Amino acid sequence: MFETILMIVIAAVFSQNFILVKFLGICPFLGVSKKTNSALMMGIAVTAVMLLATLVTYPLYTFVMVPLGIEYLEIIFFIFIIAALVQMLEKFIQKFSPSLYQSMGIYLPLITTNCAILGVAELVLKAEVATVVPGVTAGIAMNLGYALIYALCAGLGFTLAMVLMGGVRERIENLPAAKCMKGFPITMVVASFMAMAFYVFTLI
Amino acid sequence: MNKYGKITMDGLVTNNATFKLVLGTCATLGLSSSAMNGLGMGISVTIVLLLSNVVISLLRKVIPNTVRIPAFIVIIATMVTLLRMVLYKFMPDLYDSMGVFLPLIVVNCMILGRAEAFASKQPVLDSAVDGVATGLGFTVALTIMGIIREFFGSGSFFGMKLWDFTIGFFTNSAGAFFVYGICIALFILITDQVEKMLRARRAKALRIPDGLSPLPATEEGTEKEEA
Repeated sequence: MFETILMIVIAAVFSQNFILVKFLGICPFLGVSKKTNSALMMGIAVTAVMLLATLVTYPLYTFVMVPLGIEYLEIIFFIFIIAALVQMLEKFIQKFSPSLYQSMGIYLPLITTNCAILGVAELVLKAEVATVVPGVTAGIAMNLGYALIYALCAGLGFTLAMVLMGGVRERIENLPAAKCMKGFPITMVVASFMAMAFYVFTLI
Repeated sequence: MNKYGKITMDGLVTNNATFKLVLGTCATLGLSSSAMNGLGMGISVTIVLLLSNVVISLLRKVIPNTVRIPAFIVIIATMVTLLRMVLYKFMPDLYDSMGVFLPLIVVNCMILGRAEAFASKQPVLDSAVDGVATGLGFTVALTIMGIIREFFGSGSFFGMKLWDFTIGFFTNSAGAFFVYGICIALFILITDQVEKMLRARRAKALRIPDGLSPLPATEEGTEKEEA
């Protein structure tokens, strides 16, 4: 039990990092990582939505859609749930913390089309933990608890990569790069070096 | 150049979704590990893009403006669900290799982008041409990246083994980012050169000294260059 949780945490944050190893959520990684501060904000918002989305979609899938035999509608259901959650979260933050809403406002609607969130919701539907997190002993069935831990840690891994990238980009912005390498290409190459560093964790 | 030619050129080269606009990056990085995967993903996205563009264009006068984004997403999600069923039934190998990226076609910004920017305003035939052209631009880009990564990473071409020399870097995630970055840089370099050449040719035809050309760059290159 404890061992499984530890494996999930290590895998989701480091060795199977959502951005740098699984390539989910690259759009905000490239778009919103110009400043460390906004990168951190985006990471926190994504983590919150990921956790909430899994909390709703996983029970819905296992206890409603599977018994009714309508698993094939999962994509349509999930995308609606995520869109609704993002709207609710936006209203909630607007009501309770206007200053946070001011600084986060523009990033919130973008989260709906973030592949990382739909990715988590889809990934945790597997029957066994071992198919989602390599390294866990086979035969441990996925349940809501593991799914939520996975979602939370995937969000933390996402935030980690975003903040690291934000820090690097603040510095490379003013470097005298060749004209064709400016912008996206140089960011991609930097991300490549970061992915190399994260690759080491997969050897654990 | 007629209207459809222009739409095609736009989707394929001048506004190439992958190399120029950098949209749909998750699928590009995740599925370019081999040429076959890239081609399969590209064709799947092209089919979804064509169908969703046609349906959205047909319904463009019916969908109210305020709820258009949810309406587009439902249409796209329906197309992806259908595609998923078809692939599961008839092409299980491709279905397995695409894994989680197949349902994620729904949130591919390229498809929603074309729906919002093109299909919701233009007639059906134009939208269909645009869908196919944008999709093919994506397919070509993914296949090129797949060929490069497969060639260096596993020493093969579309699954045919060429030699035993392999560089592991290209098959893992770091290689994906690296190849993508270099491909974008090359694409920008080549399109810049072509544009410069075309402008020089036009300036010469008008007997205007180079650099003082009053004409804006129209970017109508017929070259079939891809990075």
